[in-house]
Amino acid sequence: MNFPGSGLIKGMWVTLVNGVGSFFDPQRSKRLITEQYPEERPKLAEASRSFPFLIFDNDPEAGIRCTSCKICEKECPPQCIFIEQDKDANGKLFRRPKVFNIDISVCMSCQICVEVCPFESIRMDNIYEMSSYDRFGSLVVTKAQLLKSNEYYHGIHPTEAATTDARIEAARIKKAAAAKVTAEKAAAAKAAAAAKAAEEKAVSEKAEPPQPEQTA
Amino acid sequence: MSFPPHTSLFNEGNGAGAQTLDVSLGPQHPSTHGVFRMNVRMDGETIVKLQPVFGYLHRNHEKLAERNSWLGSMPYTDRLDYLCPITNNWAYAVAVEKLAGIEVPERAEYIRVIVGELTRLQNHTVFLGFILGDMGSWGSALMYAFREREKILDLFEELTGARMMVNYMRFGGVRCDFPVGWLEKARAYIETYPAFLDEMESLLVGNEILLARLQGVAPVTAERAINAGLSGPVLRASGVDYDIRKVDGYGIYPRLSFRVPRGEVGDCFDRFMIRLLEARESIKLLQQAFAQIPAGPIVNPVVKQRGFKPPVGEAYGRIESPKGELGFHLVSEGGEKPYRYHIRPPSLINLTLLEEMCLGSKLADVMVILGSIDIVLGEVDR
Amino acid sequence: MNLENLPLAILKAILDAFTWCGAKAGIVVPPWALTLVSILIVIVAILSVFLVMFALMSVLERKILGRMQNRYGPNRVGPWGLFQPVADGIKMLTKEDLVPRSADQIVHFLAPIAMVIPALMLPAILPYGRGMVPVELASGILYFFALGAGTEVAVFMAGWSSNNKYSILGAMRAIAQMISYELPLVMSAVIAALVAGTLSPNGIVMAQAGVSFGVVPNWFVFTPWGFAACILFYIGALAESNRSPFDLPEGESELVAGHLTEYSGFKYAIFFMAEYIGMFAINGLLVTLFLGGYQAPFPFLEWIPSWCWFFAKLAFVAFSMVWVRATMPRFRIDQMMQFAWKFMLPMSFVALIAAAAWHYAGRGLAAWGISFLIVAVPYLLLGRFCFTRRHTVDNRRYLFSE
Repeated sequence: MNFPGSGLIKGMWVTLVNGVGSFFDPQRSKRLITEQYPEERPKLAEASRSFPFLIFDNDPEAGIRCTSCKICEKECPPQCIFIEQDKDANGKLFRRPKVFNIDISVCMSCQICVEVCPFESIRMDNIYEMSSYDRFGSLVVTKAQLLKSNEYYHGIHPTEAATTDARIEAARIKKAAAAKVTAEKAAAAKAAAAAKAAEEKAVSEKAEPPQPEQTA
Repeated sequence: MSFPPHTSLFNEGNGAGAQTLDVSLGPQHPSTHGVFRMNVRMDGETIVKLQPVFGYLHRNHEKLAERNSWLGSMPYTDRLDYLCPITNNWAYAVAVEKLAGIEVPERAEYIRVIVGELTRLQNHTVFLGFILGDMGSWGSALMYAFREREKILDLFEELTGARMMVNYMRFGGVRCDFPVGWLEKARAYIETYPAFLDEMESLLVGNEILLARLQGVAPVTAERAINAGLSGPVLRASGVDYDIRKVDGYGIYPRLSFRVPRGEVGDCFDRFMIRLLEARESIKLLQQAFAQIPAGPIVNPVVKQRGFKPPVGEAYGRIESPKGELGFHLVSEGGEKPYRYHIRPPSLINLTLLEEMCLGSKLADVMVILGSIDIVLGEVDR
Repeated sequence: MNLENLPLAILKAILDAFTWCGAKAGIVVPPWALTLVSILIVIVAILSVFLVMFALMSVLERKILGRMQNRYGPNRVGPWGLFQPVADGIKMLTKEDLVPRSADQIVHFLAPIAMVIPALMLPAILPYGRGMVPVELASGILYFFALGAGTEVAVFMAGWSSNNKYSILGAMRAIAQMISYELPLVMSAVIAALVAGTLSPNGIVMAQAGVSFGVVPNWFVFTPWGFAACILFYIGALAESNRSPFDLPEGESELVAGHLTEYSGFKYAIFFMAEYIGMFAINGLLVTLFLGGYQAPFPFLEWIPSWCWFFAKLAFVAFSMVWVRATMPRFRIDQMMQFAWKFMLPMSFVALIAAAAWHYAGRGLAAWGISFLIVAVPYLLLGRFCFTRRHTVDNRRYLFSE
């Protein structure tokens, strides 16, 4: 039935259904989905990302995975990472960062640093309440603030952490197997060399008969 | 204290006694879809001259791309048409794949179609809301549209980690595969979508006020549309049967069956209805893609994303984005960074006809016309 | 003492207390003093009721609008956000009152005053309950519309004095709109007055007493001509209060704030208040003219006090205005004028003829049928040929290609 004005009445019916349904809808499709922040915080998806962080295994000093290779600094599109390599006690360059700063007012959460890191050491965090009153100081996040444990990583991205650990484990096993093979080869070579030396000694001993005992 | 000399707000009369009024519908405005300015000269309520002024959102994207590596420009393309980041990524990936001759595995193509059509759905949904807001409907349709869009953005967040700036496409495929349960969730969501479109239709399409505001406003003939280089729903509303998904047949679109709607009159109402009909076609495409998606690799293993050096040459790759034909023209000198990177933004090209469309209309129509072209300033200004 | 007479009883109690105080002090209170005091009390009562309603309406409107748009309205200030008007009031009062240097200072200052004074005088003639009319005017309807025209001048004063393009455009649109919609509004009111035989609001309410055919209350809205006139009056009320879909003068998506662009702080609050109080007053008149005023629909519901019925009906009409605001987009200015002159004015004359036919055919079932036909046929014809001739979805074809 289509009299002039019927479209308006249909529209008003839709609005009324939505309005009343926001209180009483049994299928819950019209109920309000507003989350009253900050009393309720949103439940983030597992893959949700905000800014990067660095991973350490067991110990923040010794277990840091980053080797200061500077690939992420080079590949970062807005150039927000600043890395300075560490020097050991003798003044020689050491594979660990002394300074690792990310300027989160520049970072656009693109995740390219994560993709290009060869050492599984930088990953995306999901904390988003990082605003501050100081634009130039506290928005540059330093190494100490960035370092978080592998357990924390498992807490926020379990699937990704599991695959990363599996990859690291596989790499370790491969390296161990390769090392074992090299060690076996080295041992075999050493054994062969030792056998050869013994054989040569035997041959040389046979060439010269042993001196008889000089007793009367 | 002296007051400034009293100047009349109106221009000099044209002798016949009529005085025109110059108004700047300034960059800060609730209805201009971003920082867009129009200098308008009105005779009473009728527009006699309109000059668009944009560039308020210019962020130097094309020059920045010459500094970044090929992969490094991918997150910047998210920010072009910031309502549809996935199709921007897709257009750039298509252009680079054309430049370097990279093949894309089948599963990756299906994934691209799925997320691309989801993007088209959420863009057209939110368009319905915005045009009602431009007409002064106080946001009801807008809120309903955003309620649905939130569900699609939640799907994107589960897939890529970010709701909007996804950085999802890679040269030769996509970045990551569906997490466990994503496909079922997306499928279930698409089942509920037609009901939402029906609700929007019953709220909007029969509405007499909407019909009166949109019908007959700024019709564009097919010939004029082609000459002006329009593309996308604006072109199809004028009656031209041109959809790049059908014309170029990129990706696996030739395998999927869908219809391309086109209008006859080319006025604002046709542009409105075409997007509604296209949303329904997208649902069909999604259902087919969900059914047909095979297993397999998601990215071409030959391509190294880091240190990517395409051969010397140039290429122009384009796709049908929700706004129109989005194209990337890339010139490579064999290095790690592009030599020239140029974007063909559909919103800007569609805007070139704005003055012609608005002449003779009333001021209230200008907002509706701008809304019906559906621009995003990130794309217009880059 | 029953609830029905509660307000009058309170008034009498205060006057008695006044007399008693006077007697205690040894003065005999003269009758004119008692009249003066009762007038003052009534004024204070009406003003406070309407101002409280305005405050509540401003927050409830936002909450209801929000619910229809799938969101909460304001819910932070106070329980369920109901103290929001306090926060809004503090905000408005503490804002700087900017007046442009090139504006016409006197007119700019007087415009809000010229707007709010007629608006506050409007509720004086409405019958809020049995025997509860503040001013019993025999020509109450005339008084009402005369004051309503005063607000229109204030709108133009505001727009002109601001010396701002947006304000002038907004003011001109506002004037055009208000004048155009004044006519169907007054015509509808006149129809109700003609059928009731009196211009006094109380008289019109009395004419709607009783139940006919056993089930249908005698309210004018339940007759065909009354329904048409009520809808016309309602649309006119929306236009006079500059509410959606007629809020073109304040077209936020086009012209910033129209005639109110250069007003800030308390002056803006005064305009806002005047608009809302005017809206309540005109809704009150609609309730009086067409919805039976303070009368209950059926005799068995008479135990609810009459003033409760009045305010319940007023609340319902206000809710429907918020509902309309949530749903409809805005008209364009020329479409709005066309609608007023080409559709509403002829329909109001048609309603007049239908009312006359109803009255002279004896007010029975047959009369009901005749008057229904007289209203329905022109409505369908006008609607189809005046507006929807080009504007139907069925006229459009969309071709698909595979």
